[in-house]
Amino acid sequence: MATSIKKLPDIEQVLSGNGACGGCPATMGLRMVGKALGPNAIMLLTPSCSVASMGMTPKLGYNWPCINITFASAGSSASGIANAVEIMKEKGRFQGELPTVFTWVGDGGTYDIGFQALSAAAERNDNFIFFCYNNEAYSNTGVQRSGATPRGTFTTTTPTGKRQPKKNMALLMLEHHIPYVATATVAYPGDLYDKVLKAKSIPGMKYIEILAPCYLGWQFDMHDTVQMSRMAVRSGAWLLWEAENGKISFSNPSASIISGKKAAESVDDYVMKQGRFNRLLKGPDAAQRIAEIQGDINREIAFMRERAKIVY
Amino acid sequence: MKSVTKAYQPISWPMKGAGGDTGSWRTHRPVVDTEKCTKCQFCWAFCPEAVIDRKEITIDYRYCKGCGVCAAECPTGAISMEMEE
Repeated sequence: MATSIKKLPDIEQVLSGNGACGGCPATMGLRMVGKALGPNAIMLLTPSCSVASMGMTPKLGYNWPCINITFASAGSSASGIANAVEIMKEKGRFQGELPTVFTWVGDGGTYDIGFQALSAAAERNDNFIFFCYNNEAYSNTGVQRSGATPRGTFTTTTPTGKRQPKKNMALLMLEHHIPYVATATVAYPGDLYDKVLKAKSIPGMKYIEILAPCYLGWQFDMHDTVQMSRMAVRSGAWLLWEAENGKISFSNPSASIISGKKAAESVDDYVMKQGRFNRLLKGPDAAQRIAEIQGDINREIAFMRERAKIVY
Repeated sequence: MKSVTKAYQPISWPMKGAGGDTGSWRTHRPVVDTEKCTKCQFCWAFCPEAVIDRKEITIDYRYCKGCGVCAAECPTGAISMEMEE
């Protein structure tokens, strides 16, 4: 059972009046992450919306020491800092509890550009948390396609809809044999909080991916951000799971979809509410396109159901 | 981290209002109906801007960007979005 909203701590690490868009899911997710991690942490950011929303010098919108690094280097920079902090502690130059090192990276910096450094850091099992907030496109630069963009999506570089499915990054990270992998989304803050808290307590490399429905990129009304995130989970387009030492367990409501207790909602509502899909679904081949999107989701559910049965 | 009231260059310091007074971006203002409000704190949990006070359910209009997530997520419909004058 996930932590209820009333039991979440008061601490705020994302400060009011930062430069993010109204209704930004990235700051929404980061707030919950902040509640779990607390002030004793070091944050690394690659170029993404979250860097732009930090605000202008001399003020900073996040209550952590923040380091802005190059796009491809999230994994390697975090490795360096995590190791440096440990060695400083060993040599006695650093007193008190070790800070949690974490990266806050978009899907471009994880799926595409930052993958090499992330993969290497995961293989070395360095002690930090890698957060990917996934808005399924390069939203900061004006919505271009990324490896996380699902099939059929309109972006400025795929004007007739993306033809390829997205990749399952969380599963790829699981196959690096790291101690903790989890997926979460902003509509379930208690679940996200629990997962971050658990990741904080585990030594080694942790990977948490947060689905962040960006209203600008996905083209829906900004007050529907949480609603869209909830619909993604209920339709099975996003599965909530965590894997501790390779053993996958699903969180509600994805657990009931996987076990077959409750059928996933049809993808139609989810797709039709978003401008990025429905502008392509007005053509003559609309039924076929929806079937393709539904097919990708069904495949992913079936695959993850069987993958979860493998315990070693 | 130590709280700071004045920033010293060249380092940025954590402070409210890093993006300016973001309340000026707002086109619609959320208004709480205290009679309907059950203090479930859903609005507080989902507010991306952390402008809602958890105990009193009051909104800091200086920084509220008026996204309307609080109004959409309120289970009793106690928050309404009113046109900004």
